[in-house]
Amino acid sequence: MVVEAGHFALVLALALALVQAVVPFWGAQTGDGQLMSVARPAALVIFGLVAVAFAALMYAHVVSDFSLVNVFENSHSAKPLVYKISGVWGNHEGSMILWVFILALFGALVALFGRGMPDQLRANALAAQGFLAATFILFILLTSNPFARLVPAPIEGRDLNPILQDPGLAIHPPLLYLGYVGFSIAFSFAVAALVDGRIDAAWARWVRPWVLTAWIFLTLGIAMGSYWAYYTLGWGGFWFWDPVENASLMPWLAGTALLHSATVMEKRDALKVWTIFLAILAFSLSLLGTFLVRSGVLTSVHAFASDPTRGIFILAILVLFIGGSLTLYAWRGPRLKPGGIFAPVSREGALVLNNLLLTTACLTVFVGTLYPLALEALTKDKISVGPPFYALTFGPVALVLLCALPFGPSLAWKRGELLGVAQRLSVAAAAALAIALLIVSLRRHGPILAPLGVGVAVFIILGSLIDIGGRVVKRGASLSVTWSRAIGLPRSIWGTAAAHVGLGVTVLGLAATVWGVELIVTARAGNTFDLGPYQVTIADVASREGPNYRETYAEAIVRSGGVIVAHVEPAKRFFSSRQTSTTQAGIVTLGLGQVYISLGDANADGTMAVRLYWKPLVTLIWIGAMIMAFGGALSLSDRRMRIGVARRAVTARQLPQPAE
Amino acid sequence: MRALRILFGTAWLMVATAAGAVQPDEIMSDPALEARARALSAQLRCMVCQNQSIDDSDAALARDIRLLVRDRLKSGDSDAAIKQFLVARYGNFILLKPPFTIETLLLWLTPLLALALGSIAIWRAGIAKRSIETAPLDAAEAARVDALLAGDE
Repeated sequence: MVVEAGHFALVLALALALVQAVVPFWGAQTGDGQLMSVARPAALVIFGLVAVAFAALMYAHVVSDFSLVNVFENSHSAKPLVYKISGVWGNHEGSMILWVFILALFGALVALFGRGMPDQLRANALAAQGFLAATFILFILLTSNPFARLVPAPIEGRDLNPILQDPGLAIHPPLLYLGYVGFSIAFSFAVAALVDGRIDAAWARWVRPWVLTAWIFLTLGIAMGSYWAYYTLGWGGFWFWDPVENASLMPWLAGTALLHSATVMEKRDALKVWTIFLAILAFSLSLLGTFLVRSGVLTSVHAFASDPTRGIFILAILVLFIGGSLTLYAWRGPRLKPGGIFAPVSREGALVLNNLLLTTACLTVFVGTLYPLALEALTKDKISVGPPFYALTFGPVALVLLCALPFGPSLAWKRGELLGVAQRLSVAAAAALAIALLIVSLRRHGPILAPLGVGVAVFIILGSLIDIGGRVVKRGASLSVTWSRAIGLPRSIWGTAAAHVGLGVTVLGLAATVWGVELIVTARAGNTFDLGPYQVTIADVASREGPNYRETYAEAIVRSGGVIVAHVEPAKRFFSSRQTSTTQAGIVTLGLGQVYISLGDANADGTMAVRLYWKPLVTLIWIGAMIMAFGGALSLSDRRMRIGVARRAVTARQLPQPAE
Repeated sequence: MRALRILFGTAWLMVATAAGAVQPDEIMSDPALEARARALSAQLRCMVCQNQSIDDSDAALARDIRLLVRDRLKSGDSDAAIKQFLVARYGNFILLKPPFTIETLLLWLTPLLALALGSIAIWRAGIAKRSIETAPLDAAEAARVDALLAGDE
């Protein structure tokens, strides 16, 4: 019953989404306020209906209703409750429901908080959202229905893939999807602005909080995914330039560019047409990210051809939305009036450079991901594009971007002075250079990338702090004056500085990977190994039963100069329901680094292959990402960004703008 | 890289492989040769895996190629010779860094092209704007400026 109710709610949501796609749009075209006002309640009710469908599926998973194909294939009665819940989106059908659920959530939020904006813009944007929702619900119902029944119902399910039975599954996909789908708001507003043919700085003010929200979640989602890979894969790799990762990196790069260009548009009324393009691009790449992965094209052309129904539907959706919005852009974009003028050396100029480099980086990843496919389809020749390619192409672009970064926030709007900024940053540059040289002198034979990376990271972190310092500290001012200046500084400026510091921290963590220590050994209980600054003893190896697996684990003791600093328990789990095993690395954080131990295969003589790693400063990679997200949140909490302010912005728009 | 696909693609593929690539018994006694072997392995694709280097893969084929690379190193081959040998056997597909050929011209030049074309576009947009900025006043505008400056309004 519950399941049928969920199924029915999803069908109703489809019907209502079609109404939302057509009626408000028609109202906006004819200037009919009543038709336009359909959009808001429709968006709210769609959210309610999709929530019912989502809850129904979750209920079926929790009570282990194996009469559902989806539950049978992905669940097991003995599975812990948390994985029964997160297992809902641990499969294709369920993850599509989560995707649509988040889409409906964002639509409802726009309906709730979008009061201040012009009716036509909101109606058109919500219509675009309705169109998106209708298409994806249709996709679910026609090709990926999670409510399909199985007769007769099996006694037991096939269990969720063991590698997904991890807390990471509860967090990573929702975060990633909140990021991907969050960009749909910017996309819908871009389409609405193109349909309207009008665009001004206020548009950027309405859209920027949504972009920022999506960006925060995507940043956290990617970081979480990479940490999950790090502790699951058993040897501590965290980024592989695999198409599925690239698929999440591309919208992040485009979204970061959008975030910066929207600032220029909001403050200076410039880069408007370009910002619209980026809004379309960020969501198009999100769609590509979600669905190209799902179509199977990336895995292999042959896998796609063997089951083409879903894939062809997906490609049709991609062509419809990406092609459609870009066509609309090409048609209506030139009609939008360009705005503000600025000198090449200015904050705007720096942000243009930021956009140029970010979009180049994004395009590099795009081509690297899809080129092998295109080449194979055209010539049947197979090539591989892996980490060495990105190191040579993406690397230099990123390096230039990182070096230029500290200059941006320090430059004045409209016309800046490079010399003055360079003078202010000279302390940071000198410190960075000194540290890099120190590292080179200490480790003469290490790779050059490490001191370079550390130098750049120090430059970014200090540069951001100096910029804030310059705004807060005035010569001769008392402590209380300085404090009140710091408090008075807009939170968006603190947010910018925090996000940039976070990036620097991540770069520092990446650079430090070079100094990692790796030990691959055959060990038996009682053996001790030197691992960087620590000594690791494998004290005991034993087995035990888990709820739905059996595991072999080792007790390892980490010592530093004879003193025990930590106990670690790496394990290997065997899941009999799927006849597969997973590696549970034993990880302990010491300072900012981690000792990472994973177990390999056992040998007949009682020994065991063991991998031990010392990864100095490795946690900085993810701490940096969290600082970036925190910076985004700070910026989001800025008074100017609060959504209620949009109403005042509308009235302010009518008045002549004072020069900034 | 099946496990990874599953993580980021949330369960698109069914079976995960627990990682654990280089085994203790493969490691060479000469650390310099072993270091070269690891560096080479990181640039070679495990051809039955998804975008995974033989250094990261626990597939049987990856192990075979790792051992092959080590055998060749032991017999004194240079890195380039080993790569050449593997390409002759398995094709360019085995190289994670695609060679620079006519076929991959666009792939390698994309970043440069994007930067160049982007810069030109920005430069041209800048010129167009500056010409707006410095367009001379017409007669009516000039008269109005004079009137304003004279304080008539």
